[in-house]
Amino acid sequence: MEKLSPEPVALIKKRRNEALSQLIDSIPYISFLGVGFDRRGDEITATLPFKEELIGNPSLPALHGGSIAAFLEISAIIGLSWAQIWHQIEDPGLGASSSDDAGKFTLPKTIDFSVDYLRSGLPRDSYARAKVNRAGRRYASVHVEAWQDNRDRLFAQGTGHFLMPQPN
Amino acid sequence: MKNKMIEKKKKAVEDFFAVLPHSISLGMGIDFIRDGEVGMSMPYDSKLIGDPQTKVIHGGAVFALLDTCCGAAAMSHPEQIGPTATIDLRVDYMRPATPSQRIKAIATCYNLTKNVAFVRAVALDNNEEKPVAMAAGAFVTGV
Repeated sequence: MEKLSPEPVALIKKRRNEALSQLIDSIPYISFLGVGFDRRGDEITATLPFKEELIGNPSLPALHGGSIAAFLEISAIIGLSWAQIWHQIEDPGLGASSSDDAGKFTLPKTIDFSVDYLRSGLPRDSYARAKVNRAGRRYASVHVEAWQDNRDRLFAQGTGHFLMPQPN
Repeated sequence: MKNKMIEKKKKAVEDFFAVLPHSISLGMGIDFIRDGEVGMSMPYDSKLIGDPQTKVIHGGAVFALLDTCCGAAAMSHPEQIGPTATIDLRVDYMRPATPSQRIKAIATCYNLTKNVAFVRAVALDNNEEKPVAMAAGAFVTGV
């Protein structure tokens, strides 16, 4: 019996990274804020490198509540979309991993988003991770935590509800 | 005397919000300031697009406008002295904002206590009959 050799790790990484960057690169607002994503397996961490334009109160200085909220909402939408496309990336038989299809991926629509500002955002890099608490066929509920220097000292958290893209 | 106070307060709010780097980068401007009520708006820009298929701007940009407008409304309340900070803000996205149209926000500080200002706001595009989004939040007072 012929033994199937495992797929080379470099190929797996390339496929996953390409799928993630196609999702992100299509959204102008993500590059406007400068949000990036770190991937470890299926876990992604959103990063927001500090820049002057993110500041709200220049006399403190502190990050603008709006840039924090946008960062959290981006993390939630990408986290949710990533969870949706993950099985398609992993099973190329489903046919959705070709470069064409990823660009046409329909994003979930935000129904509502709620942000808790726990402490002021310092003028330094921020990180966020989203957890999909429920993803049904029509609705999803996502929670996001954001921190700066210490993972356990959150400076903001958010919860949002999303309308899932409907297959036509 | 009272009018002079109001003008001074209006000026302070205007000056505070004119220099916020993130608000500047989004092109936000103040439309009006009254006691506890502020109007602000922001132009449509393709760099703010959140959904490339529909060209609709990202919810985060609308959130930023509503947050700024709510903060300004809290600051412009007659009994509020000094700046404020957001404790929490919830935004309901009721419909996508029409691409290429300016987004206006109107925020009202409807209650102010010793420690908290309660604010709500609405975001509109050219169709003012149907709001794009609504916000409700709490802000720090008496800083």
